[in-house]
Amino acid sequence: MSEAALQHIENTTSHREFLSFVLGEEHYALDITTVKEIRGYEQVTKIANAPAFMKGVINLRGDIVPIVDLRIKFNVGEPTYNEFTIVIMLHVHGRIMGIVVDGVSDVVRLADDDILPPPEFGVTFDSKYLHGLADVDSTMVILVNIESLIASNELGLVEMTSQTSGE
Amino acid sequence: MSIDIKQFHGVFFDESDEHIQEMERQLMALDPASPDAEALHSVFRSAHSIKGGSGIFGFDALTNLTHVMENLLDRARNGQQQVTTDIVDLLLSTLDVLNDTLQAYRNDSDVPQEAIEAAISALEACLCADNTAQVAVEDNQSANTEDDGFGFFDDDNELCGQTENAGDDIEGFGLFAPLPEGESPEDTEDCASSKHNDDDGFGFFETPAISKEPEPVSASTPKQTIRKPVKTSSSGKEAASIRVDTTKVDAMVNLVGELVITQSMLSMVGQEVDGQVGERLQLAIDELQRNTREIQESVMSMRMLPLNMTFNRFPRVVRDLSAKLGKKVTLHIEGGATEIDKSLIEKLVDPLTHLVRNSIDHGIETVEKRVAAGKTESGNVILKASQRGSSIIISITDDGAGLNRERILEKASQNHLPVSDDMADADVWQLIFQPGFSTASEVTDVSGRGVGMDVVRRNIESIGGRIEIESTAGEGSAFFIHLPLTLAIVDGMCVSVGDQIFVIPLLNVIESFQPLPEQLKTLGNEQLLWIRDQYWPLVHLHNHMQVDGAIQTPTEGIVVLLESSKKRYGVLIDSLMGQQQVVIKSLEQHYKKVDGVAGATIMGDGKVAMILDADSLADACTTGISEELTA
Repeated sequence: MSEAALQHIENTTSHREFLSFVLGEEHYALDITTVKEIRGYEQVTKIANAPAFMKGVINLRGDIVPIVDLRIKFNVGEPTYNEFTIVIMLHVHGRIMGIVVDGVSDVVRLADDDILPPPEFGVTFDSKYLHGLADVDSTMVILVNIESLIASNELGLVEMTSQTSGE
Repeated sequence: MSIDIKQFHGVFFDESDEHIQEMERQLMALDPASPDAEALHSVFRSAHSIKGGSGIFGFDALTNLTHVMENLLDRARNGQQQVTTDIVDLLLSTLDVLNDTLQAYRNDSDVPQEAIEAAISALEACLCADNTAQVAVEDNQSANTEDDGFGFFDDDNELCGQTENAGDDIEGFGLFAPLPEGESPEDTEDCASSKHNDDDGFGFFETPAISKEPEPVSASTPKQTIRKPVKTSSSGKEAASIRVDTTKVDAMVNLVGELVITQSMLSMVGQEVDGQVGERLQLAIDELQRNTREIQESVMSMRMLPLNMTFNRFPRVVRDLSAKLGKKVTLHIEGGATEIDKSLIEKLVDPLTHLVRNSIDHGIETVEKRVAAGKTESGNVILKASQRGSSIIISITDDGAGLNRERILEKASQNHLPVSDDMADADVWQLIFQPGFSTASEVTDVSGRGVGMDVVRRNIESIGGRIEIESTAGEGSAFFIHLPLTLAIVDGMCVSVGDQIFVIPLLNVIESFQPLPEQLKTLGNEQLLWIRDQYWPLVHLHNHMQVDGAIQTPTEGIVVLLESSKKRYGVLIDSLMGQQQVVIKSLEQHYKKVDGVAGATIMGDGKVAMILDADSLADACTTGISEELTA
């Protein structure tokens, strides 16, 4: 795609960039502006009486930051922790949190037209936490609306669990 | 062109607050017999600064009031007016009105117009009474001229133009009085248009009264800082200070906490390096350690403010109250320079005021009674602060009648509190902290409603402190408030449970030991400890905190006995790791409150450890057998 064509697209349709990541066999993506940094998984300090996906807290340069394992939360893949396990640190609504994923793939650039509304997911996945679905190189990418997911945080995050993954 | 002048309101209000405090301090220190000229100048300057600023912003009520006040002060400092106690009283009450007015403007509420008019007429009456007709005429003239000036401002709101117009002859309107002469506030530079001529400008500022000493205000007066007030006896010490947003200081404190952690990580790594390089590295790390500690200390000191910030209000409280009650009371302030965390200072004001008022109202006797008891006519109240280790002790001591044991006991039994006649004195004194407790025979507007002391204790406990009473009948009583130096750091005992480390605030720890089999009892499914003829509930920390791999059998682990304000119990842990000061970090900032945990901290290796909250841990594992301590 030529520079001019790219420019043209930018002018006509609004684009957003997403960071895509892998959970088990599935491809997900989230709005890249919410990403603070990407780091390796490190030992967490457990929190008592927290749901299973809440792995605990870590010290992120002086901030005590909770770490959520999305694999447990979305009930996909095997939650294993090794040197290749990735934590995406997010900065949303003035809060910092980390999400554990199997791997980070790419930054994808999507026009609004490319994002398709999600079908009804049934009981396992609440579509209100999704932007939609997109096709990137013949792979379906699930666009997670991470802001609404975290906005439902605090108690909301806990409620979310019972609604979506039946924990 | 328009400037939103409202953006400067905050600065004006803050500065005016400081000016009012400063005036009050100076007036309190003033000896009517030989008034200190510099003190009078200082009061005058403060009044003038408020007047100037309020003129700019169109706070007419403030301007009018300070104007009359200024006239009186001007007389006084020029020796035309005898300074009497009455005049000081008058000025002090004017300050109260001034303060109310200022707060009214700040909160956008209604200005207390009646009070202002009353204050103005009182001041004017004072002015007229002592002055010749000629002076009075002069005064009227000055008042007229000023009114013109204000009328002008109100009409077209082109306030700033005047500065440019009058140029260096005007001292920055007093809004930024601390600036050197001629430096105008930034905003004025942008004001291009000016509809006034020079005479108008001068009419506003150069009253006949002031013109006798044309430029005393800002040119010669570096700002007397209120943030670091000096003791009343040594007034006049001036220090430079800047106003910094507290969030910036807090951010700094956080960053330095980070630095300390990074430094200790580096030390751990440094120990693993061998050979010559290791030695050199070790030297550099030692140096870094020293510097880090110094930075930490100086940053922490930024949050620290001298207790004088609170203490300075009490001369006034004592003066007003003793006059109202017809008692003679002398207040002694000691150790006002003792520094304490800013967040604590603010929360100390109410409890201290209560205690001081109580001492004067209940403690100090009337003059007749004192003389009859062979005491000096004037009662003494000593407000004293000192630092002991990592805590601050504030004491309020009076040489009055002391607490009345019989009356407290009588009152307590009336209130159906569990009391007996052979209770220890210390326990009896604690009764006065019960809600609804007052031994004053009649309710005055000063005290006696019994809402006070329990609130005092709650306030003090809410900032991590405690209060003790000593009292001797006929000789007086003393209240001791023990406070932590800061809320940001806690002395903690680090303990390990499984692979996790927890910090127990040292304040809660009574003792720790390895229990013997015969000390363990069971009640239903609960374990109890039998220690020194008392049963203590035992909490398995690993159960509550859901830690795997911890020691299950109490006889193999360590039991730490904890005491919170409500409960006493033992906690089973694996082992003790040592004692250290830890920086408290909030869990709520990015997550949420966790039961049994007061916060988190970062250990030397960068890992997060939870700080236990003895109170909520007790609540969380309430088993019904916990020993209730009914205080």
